[in-house]
Amino acid sequence: MAKKESTFNNMLITLLVVTLTASGSLGFVYQLTKDAIAQAEANKKNLAIKRVVPEFNNKPSEEFFKLPSETPGDTICFYVAKLDSDTVGYAVETYSKNAFGGLLKLLVGFLPDGTINNIAVLEHKETPGLGTKMTEEKFSSQFPGKNPAKFILKVRKDDGEVDAITASTITSRAYCDAVQRGYNSLKQHQNTEKGGEQ
Amino acid sequence: MELILLIIGTVFVNNIVLSQFLGICPFIGVSGRVNTSVGMSAAVAFVMVLATIVTYIIQLLLDKLGIAFMQTVTYILVIAALVQMVEIILKKVSPALYSALGIFLPLITTNCAILGVAILVYQKEFTLLPAVVYAFSNALGFGLALITFSGIREQLELANIPNGVKGVPIAFIVAGILAMAFMGFANIV
Amino acid sequence: MNQWNNFLKGFIKENPVFVFVLGMCPTLGTTGSAINGLGMGLATTFVLVLSNVFISLLAKYIPDKVRIPSYIVIIASFVTIVDLLMKAYTNTPGPNGEPSLYDNLGLFIPLIVVNCIVLGRAEAFASKNSVTSSLVDGLGIGLGFAFALTLLGAIREILGSMSVFGWKIAEGFAQLFNPATEYKQGDGMIAFVLAPGAFLALGYLIAFMNIIKKRYAK
Repeated sequence: MAKKESTFNNMLITLLVVTLTASGSLGFVYQLTKDAIAQAEANKKNLAIKRVVPEFNNKPSEEFFKLPSETPGDTICFYVAKLDSDTVGYAVETYSKNAFGGLLKLLVGFLPDGTINNIAVLEHKETPGLGTKMTEEKFSSQFPGKNPAKFILKVRKDDGEVDAITASTITSRAYCDAVQRGYNSLKQHQNTEKGGEQ
Repeated sequence: MELILLIIGTVFVNNIVLSQFLGICPFIGVSGRVNTSVGMSAAVAFVMVLATIVTYIIQLLLDKLGIAFMQTVTYILVIAALVQMVEIILKKVSPALYSALGIFLPLITTNCAILGVAILVYQKEFTLLPAVVYAFSNALGFGLALITFSGIREQLELANIPNGVKGVPIAFIVAGILAMAFMGFANIV
Repeated sequence: MNQWNNFLKGFIKENPVFVFVLGMCPTLGTTGSAINGLGMGLATTFVLVLSNVFISLLAKYIPDKVRIPSYIVIIASFVTIVDLLMKAYTNTPGPNGEPSLYDNLGLFIPLIVVNCIVLGRAEAFASKNSVTSSLVDGLGIGLGFAFALTLLGAIREILGSMSVFGWKIAEGFAQLFNPATEYKQGDGMIAFVLAPGAFLALGYLIAFMNIIKKRYAK
């Protein structure tokens, strides 16, 4: 097995051939998987949306708009669920930066009148066994059916109406904060829409 | 203020070694002596900041061309080339520094902390200044963990350790206890 | 060397995790549960087998001085292919919105490229041996790695969340004896799912393997 000598030309040609073949084949694989990846992403969104809003028959993952959040620089994404052109709910991708592990992302489903329909946790870094109990029924079942216009979205320690998770007040606060943020921007959106019609 | 929080959060709370599990190989491998770990930390800090800046610029180019899927290939090549270049330049410009850092440089290419931070910067969508601060504080966190750990390991040599856990196992167990100590920093930011 | 022995060596005698202590970042970072460990192990095996085969094929055409950069490009390409494939086909969340396998492994998939095992095998084995031997070597070492990750993942999952491959042990047994039960199990020792437990579990596991090997050698 005679090895190729390490002359400048040999090295240059080898590296060129290797990198060109590599990028060529990667481009090919990328083209092959592109649709499947997009599909998987959309599917993921749709599954989450399906869990938080009432039955719909449009494609909310394609029917969305973004609004600036209360914190400058951030945006909140709205997915509109429609049943035969009637808006049946909004899935609002909202967040709080004050959770135990930093960022907490929720997808909150609102009915058109602002009542919370259901909530899904999209992304979190909370402590397993403590903060992660936010996905369990005992805590999460407090929200569906409540309208933040009347229901005070704060833990009892802060004079609110939400029972915090034992030993995870910070997570509970962040959860409420995120839902409230979603509600506020929904109201803001609905107000501007009304204003536009008049 | 945001930047200070970012630094504290990166160095202590989300320590790159003890809670993100990046750069474990040098953490276990070169932590026998405090001297060598100081050298390693300095070399990592140098390359990490440099690599983050360069990959940040490369990413702009990749996005412009719409070939973001080439990320892993280009990043690792850029980092490998960068390490080689730093080695050559150091040898010419500062032989003293080269003799201190030189032996660590080849090891850095396969240090997943460097590539990891470069990719994390992209995923967290930092702009250039926070990206540099983030990379530097990750390097600080790496140094902090590595130097503390090697200090403990120097003491361990004098201790009477059961045969079964001698060597690598005791290193991991100590690292576990150190990681527990770092968990105490959780929620200070 | 006998190919069967060549394959088996990756599991115990030359296990990359227990013996050579290589590839520690994914070993610690992705073993919060058995299924994540298995997924990571198989992804690495895929890269290892393909890069071993290609490098053993191409080794004699690559000049010595550009050997390492060429190997890195070849490995990085296979890593990207795995990344794209996993993003497309293992990216479905669980029935209750649990994160998908791809989301769980996250950053550690592109980081396979700096896994010392892959480049190490390319340099130490594939560049000097025949294609078949390299294929078997990649398969053996890769599956040995997957075996170690799954074992560590299972141990951490049992201790940390009292389940194996997502099957809740206490609830499962309660249902076995009384199908109508509404018993809900509590938490395990959470520390084992978190960072400290990863180090502790791996430390004791390596110690245990060392003891077994010593007994076996006698």
